[in-house]
Amino acid sequence: MNSNISAGVKYRIGKSGFFKGAIIFFSFLCALPLFAILIYIAKEGITKINWAFFVNVPAPVGEAGGGIANALVGSLIIVAVAAIIAIPIGIMGGIYLSENRNSRLASWARFSVDIMQGTPSIVIGIVIYFWVVKPMGQLTNGNYTFTALSGSIALAMMMLPIVVRSTEETLKLLPPTLKEAGLALGLPYHKVILKIILPCGISGVLSGVILSVARIAGETAPLLFTAFGNSYFTTNIMKPMQSLPLLIFNYATSPYEDWHDLAWGASLILLVWVLLLNIITKIATRRWKVQL
Amino acid sequence: MKFLNKIKSAAPAIMMATAALTTTATAFAQDDNSILGAGSSFVNPLFSKIFSVYNAQTGIQVNYQSIGSGGGILQLTNKTVDFGDSDAPLSADQASKMSADVLHIPMCSGAVVITYNLPGCSANLNFTPSVLADIFLGKITTWSDPRIAAINKGVSIPAFPIIIAHRSDGSGTTNIFTNYLSDISPEWSTKVGKGGSVNWPVGLGGKGNAGVAGLIQQTPGALGYVELDYATQNKMPISKIQNKKGNYITPTVASTVAAGNINLPADSKIFIVNTDAADGYPIAGFTWALIYKEQSYNGRSAAKAEKVVKLLWWNIHQGQQYCAALNYAPLSAAALKVAEAILKSATYNGKAIL
Amino acid sequence: MVKSSNDKSLYGQIRMEKVFKRTLIGIAIFLIVLTVGFFITLVQQSMPSIKALGFSFLFGKIWDPVSDIYGAYPFLLGTLLTSFLALAISIPFSFSIAIFLGEYAPKGWLSEILKNIVELIAAVPSVIYGFWGLFVLVPIVRSFETSIGVLPYGIGIFTSSLILAIMIIPYAASLGREMIRMVPSSLKEGAYSLGATRFEVIKTVILPYTKSGLFAGVLLSLGRALAETMAVTMVIGNSSAIPTSIFAPGNTMASVIANEFTEAASTVYLSSLIELGLFLFVVTVIINLIGKTIIKRFTNE
Repeated sequence: MNSNISAGVKYRIGKSGFFKGAIIFFSFLCALPLFAILIYIAKEGITKINWAFFVNVPAPVGEAGGGIANALVGSLIIVAVAAIIAIPIGIMGGIYLSENRNSRLASWARFSVDIMQGTPSIVIGIVIYFWVVKPMGQLTNGNYTFTALSGSIALAMMMLPIVVRSTEETLKLLPPTLKEAGLALGLPYHKVILKIILPCGISGVLSGVILSVARIAGETAPLLFTAFGNSYFTTNIMKPMQSLPLLIFNYATSPYEDWHDLAWGASLILLVWVLLLNIITKIATRRWKVQL
Repeated sequence: MKFLNKIKSAAPAIMMATAALTTTATAFAQDDNSILGAGSSFVNPLFSKIFSVYNAQTGIQVNYQSIGSGGGILQLTNKTVDFGDSDAPLSADQASKMSADVLHIPMCSGAVVITYNLPGCSANLNFTPSVLADIFLGKITTWSDPRIAAINKGVSIPAFPIIIAHRSDGSGTTNIFTNYLSDISPEWSTKVGKGGSVNWPVGLGGKGNAGVAGLIQQTPGALGYVELDYATQNKMPISKIQNKKGNYITPTVASTVAAGNINLPADSKIFIVNTDAADGYPIAGFTWALIYKEQSYNGRSAAKAEKVVKLLWWNIHQGQQYCAALNYAPLSAAALKVAEAILKSATYNGKAIL
Repeated sequence: MVKSSNDKSLYGQIRMEKVFKRTLIGIAIFLIVLTVGFFITLVQQSMPSIKALGFSFLFGKIWDPVSDIYGAYPFLLGTLLTSFLALAISIPFSFSIAIFLGEYAPKGWLSEILKNIVELIAAVPSVIYGFWGLFVLVPIVRSFETSIGVLPYGIGIFTSSLILAIMIIPYAASLGREMIRMVPSSLKEGAYSLGATRFEVIKTVILPYTKSGLFAGVLLSLGRALAETMAVTMVIGNSSAIPTSIFAPGNTMASVIANEFTEAASTVYLSSLIELGLFLFVVTVIINLIGKTIIKRFTNE
């Protein structure tokens, strides 16, 4: 009977309920800024996007009709090249780590990957400036300095730890019997790995790759001192190249309405791109029941 | 340690791989029809216009990145760009860092204007040098200060706190402006000094002229200095500054020309702040394109050297017609002579390029 | 004996196998060399400033490239202020999400929605946070500053902390959720059977049990906040003066590098910036490693 419940218990139950309410309130309150951002970008961006926006390069200050073709194509190229560099190394690294769980080398490599994952992106930019931009300038007599390639290498450095770890985690989950069966049939080791183990875990590996691409597509800091930016359209990876995040950063802080418009449009494109990649990862992981 | 040995044996292989990657990448890159420049954001509106015209006429792409004069000088020192651009001549220290002589070719001159964001007041305010210095020193902190009211009789100025906007990057615009402040205010000269990036007593930093103008537009009560075109393009108020002769001068192409109407020295390195001209605007300066005098460095081709020099030649001749529309002062006939002479002294393997 | 073609291909296979294994080892070594190289490059390039300035660099109060004086203290303070303020703002949110997803609603459509929200927050590029912050958040903060009577800069340390707080929520939240889920149900059931309310179970069983795991999540969030560059650079105000209040403009180590790296003309100037990078690198790496070690220990228990 209700009346039998003492005031103390009522107080405790009330407190519990209040706590639950507070938890739910705080949990869903964080959706507020997210939706504010998404809606604002969508609203500002959608009105700025038209055909010229996709096919033109930015116009000189004060002239209408500019577009972001150079940044759009630049971003695609820089990210694609980064993926080409990082994916093979990352997957092979992941295979090594999952195959040699307890060796000294593996634990050092795993430790290194952990460090890499925690490295601030701006620091990656600095190091790549000294590893690629400056030496390449010296090697090629100053013909090639700031290049899209150096930007790609910097982004690849950011992708690498994600690909390595997701590959490792996926392959670890595969039953050891798979490998044993292959080896027992007399297949050489590399064939067992490449033809049996990797295909079995391919979904998880791919999800990791897509996720890593989504992470780097919006990165700006490592590109500041590497890909540098370019007001023209170029597909030459040995030239400085514009990219969406860089364009947004430069134009957002400018005083020009025209440039703000370009930046809003570019933001929307970048956001859609990154979100699409995330959704693809999500669908892939759910479909193949992968744990990342 | 076994592990260390493994690393040691792998090191040369990795270095070779890197070198191989670089060389193949170089081999695959097609020969370029482009010139890379970087530096002053002061001149960027003009450069982005004339380089797009140049591109239409010659097909040559000039990629100019507006990273600030300090950046332009550094990237030229590192030989990562074909030419730099700075609104301040190289300092002795900067010049000594360069591996060879650097030519300063004047491109045009421009005015640094004081602009602000005062909601409800669109008038172009007057400033005297001492008021300006005290604002930037943080001594005058509100718009309602009697000293501002005294020189702007009849204008109702809302009572906002003054928020200074300055550059966060190394800048020739800053250099011109701090040269001016040092010239007119002994206190500024000793406390802060002049240079491309100084230790600002107060205020917010924005990146590039564009960043400062953006900050001012965003912030009610803000006051800062930008190149004239940035203020005009964005319809921001432009203050009149009292010059040495006591006249309040609006920065225009004409008053900038008046300030720059002096005999340029042969190397063209000169500041024209705090001019003696009665109708001259006191905060103006030249901007210089910077190239190595000997263009045959690092084994660059003669064709490339010629391309760069020709571009600059075009800038100081055909390019000049676009100056006035963008509020820059074109070179005077006398200044053009000096610029021509400097550019002609550029050599390739000791031989004149032009 | 005559070698059959079968044998040949067998030898080929064995050779391939060796090549494959060596490649794998080579890549593992490459990963280590990369990381060691990172550290070495940073140390090497910051040597001029380490030599010229020594330890005074970290505590020098003035950053004045014109007079060649480099003190990192303003940026150190700026970084600490923004990061810890952001952490303080974000913790109620991230812990709430962790508790909600881990305890109240581990399954169901509501938790699916919340999970997606958290993932989206992590997915939005930082430059977009900065852009939005500059145009939407800054005016709001400015009117707030006007109403409480401080100098209405709008941009500054407080605004950066707000943006950062949003950005780092997912890190502590998703890790916290994992940790809370790992609390053995026998423990919780024991408490329930003694008549504890849900709140009491959370307070007396779950939180103490997951204490170290939650702390690790906070550390990872902190690591992220320290390293964040673009969003902060856009809204912090880029002032090298020592911030006088949380509403004042400032600079973080990452933002000063982003602003000044391409133009640092003197040797000491440049290497001072790199030393900032080195310091940032070491600090974030240590924080991340501590966080990861705690998680490892926790999950193995």
